Amino acid sequence: MGTHRLLEVSNLSVEFETYGGVVQAVRGVDFSVDAGEVLAIVGESGCGKSVTVQSIMGIIPMPPGKITGGSAKLKGSEILGLDAEAANQFRGKEIGMIFQDPMTSLNPTMTIGAQIAETLKVHRGLSTKQASEIASELLIRTRIPEAQKRLNQYPFEFSGGMLQRAMIAQSLACSPSLLIADEPTTALDVTIQAQILDLLKELQSRDGMAIILITHDLAVVARTAHNVCVMYAGQIVEQGSVDDIFYKSAHPYTLGLKLAMPSNVSQQNKKLEPIPGSPPDLFSPPSGCGYAARCPHAMRICHKENPPLFSDPSQPFHAARCWLQAPGAPKTQGLYQHNLIASHGQ
Amino acid sequence: MIETKNLKKHFQIGRNQTLHAVDGISISIAENEILGLVGESGSGKSTFGKTLIGLHERTAGDAFFNGLPLPQKYTAKDHLRYSADIQMIFQDPYASLNPRMTVLDIIGEGLALKGIPRADIQEEVGFWLRRVGLHPDHMSRFPHEFSGGQRQRIGIARAMIIKPKFVVCDEPISALDVSVQAQVVNLLEDLKASLGLTLLFIAHDLSMVRYISDRMAVMYLGTLVESGPSDAVFFEPKHPYTRLLIQSNPEADPVLERTRPSAALTGEITSPINMGPGCRFADRCPEALSHCKSVTPEPRLIASDHLVACHLYDEA
Ligand SMILES: Nc1ncnc2c1ncn2[C@@H]1O[C@H](COP(=O)(O)OP(=O)(O)OP(=O)(O)O)[C@@H](O)[C@H]1O
Ligand SMILES: Nc1ncnc2c1ncn2[C@@H]1O[C@H](COP(=O)(O)OP(=O)(O)OP(=O)(O)O)[C@@H](O)[C@H]1O
Ligand code: SF4
Ligand code: SF4
Ligand SMILES: [Mg+2]
Ligand SMILES: [Mg+2]
Repeated sequence: MGTHRLLEVSNLSVEFETYGGVVQAVRGVDFSVDAGEVLAIVGESGCGKSVTVQSIMGIIPMPPGKITGGSAKLKGSEILGLDAEAANQFRGKEIGMIFQDPMTSLNPTMTIGAQIAETLKVHRGLSTKQASEIASELLIRTRIPEAQKRLNQYPFEFSGGMLQRAMIAQSLACSPSLLIADEPTTALDVTIQAQILDLLKELQSRDGMAIILITHDLAVVARTAHNVCVMYAGQIVEQGSVDDIFYKSAHPYTLGLKLAMPSNVSQQNKKLEPIPGSPPDLFSPPSGCGYAARCPHAMRICHKENPPLFSDPSQPFHAARCWLQAPGAPKTQGLYQHNLIASHGQ
Repeated sequence: MIETKNLKKHFQIGRNQTLHAVDGISISIAENEILGLVGESGSGKSTFGKTLIGLHERTAGDAFFNGLPLPQKYTAKDHLRYSADIQMIFQDPYASLNPRMTVLDIIGEGLALKGIPRADIQEEVGFWLRRVGLHPDHMSRFPHEFSGGQRQRIGIARAMIIKPKFVVCDEPISALDVSVQAQVVNLLEDLKASLGLTLLFIAHDLSMVRYISDRMAVMYLGTLVESGPSDAVFFEPKHPYTRLLIQSNPEADPVLERTRPSAALTGEITSPINMGPGCRFADRCPEALSHCKSVTPEPRLIASDHLVACHLYDEA
């Protein structure tokens, strides 16, 4: 494990033409995923996580969307800018996708069973009978009770979490080598969530399926991911192993996120501490660090120049887009203390 | 302020099949209180919320708002009348926003209905966009131009702008990063303090529900299995389902999560279709007694304001 490169994304940039101007939603994103790896992408709401993966899948509406640069290679071959037919070849089959909004991938006028069976018929050439048998197995595996009856129901008859599980079932139908899961468990209670995460982990370790997991739930990241990318304002601001990100956060934004979580301490209802301020306007992103206006450690250079990703030569895999991590920069006491606070409960 | 007595909502599915989505919920929410509602996916939380605000006709039972009965089936006039006081933030933000309306028209709709001049609406909408962490410039855009979490916040602004008295929040922060979650939760607490707002807060994030709610209620297959003060339910859960739920609550700590045993798969999930008597959790309950499958447990007060529906707490 860890040697077979499945997906390599480099310098991906995506814009949207809107009434008010051009939104630079994704600004030069690089990451890669190996077979059997679970990579989590976390970050601020609106920072470009969904747009990043939708561009890879070739499902950004163009116009108004436009991929202005970069590449995405699946098993070595380019998948950005493929024509519709070529894109359909890998979509659903090589890469399965669970959408953040279930209704973008489920058809409201078709029963759940027919939709999953359709995927199986198209990509795996199964007969109607075989397809509906597998569809029912998939619903059982994703813990939907009374799978047989549920297959004949329409999306509006499902609860939020049942729709999510139906979509997970559909995305797994063709045993993809890469699963892209955009907020797959937001509507699941923690017991079913744990079962679904275990199912995904089983597919990952048994079949070597790779997973890109987009989520705001840091507990889900802690439970599932090997590696993590933290995004902010269209860029990756920190990346590393899950332990690097949780215990040795190197970017002030990552720390800000950890400090904003409620603590599970009885009676002690300390007011939650959101990061002050708001993210930069993506119509005209700042020339300096995108986090400078909100960062407690901002220095003069931060407002002028956007930092590159820096890493310690002894740990090249853990990198942060922050001037504090530049070689020779003063090591701030602040970051170190915050890490202590964040990892020992508040 | 809000009270339901034995409220039921059944769906007819196919021939002779009844789905007991909500099956006898009695609950009361005091003025200026936040009641957190958690429970298994598909247990009827959204249906309960929608029935409360009149989007579903009640199958049985009663509902009261400020002591006055709410209609069993809402007419268009009822909707108009109650929408000034009762609002809902929907679980699926995209499906609940009209794709052909601008954000200004969506959020400002409630104010426009009151006949407020457009310039004032614009100002108010700008103010609310800022309060939920968006930019006033976003006003002229359409829902599809927003990310999942941005849409969710549009739904929050739409519900709150008309200063309702009671709001059903169905997973209002599930698509937000933890910092924006903290911002929205602080906003809800401010509104609670300044406007005397009352909330039914449906969510799966147990830590957040414990944090924000005064009281917490737990649903399983259409029924309420436990309710009480949030800290009591979270730190000393009594019902076997609540215990399972709290035990499964993951934490943002990779080392801890690596040592957590994998999910216990105990028994088949019971179906809400054509249900008989007995405890609905009996098929999966690790502590089930011999009569659990045949006798339905009634809610019982085990401490001040702490109700549990389970035979383990029957008087000997
Ligand atoms: N069709 C579109 N037209 C214009 N702007 C868009 C469009 N789609 C997305 N955007 C903008 O692109 C940015 C990135 O959106 P994206 O959906 O990737 O965010 P995200 O990181 O997935 O956020 P969330 O966590 O809230 O889902 C947002 O600021 C959004 O407003
Ligand atoms: N319009 C409908 N027609 C038929 N059945 C429905 C309808 N709406 C909901 N149901 C069923 O009612 C039950 C409860 O659904 P509900 O959406 O209330 O669950 P929930 O507790 O909100 O779940 P989740 O946490 O997954 O959102 C489910 O079994 C669902 O399939
Ligand atoms: S580069 Fe400067 S402003 Fe940006 S995160 Fe680092 S210290 Fe803060
Ligand atoms: S009533 Fe019986 S089966 Fe139900 S939760 Fe209690 S002990 Fe378990
Ligand atoms: Mg998104
Ligand atoms: Mg729901």
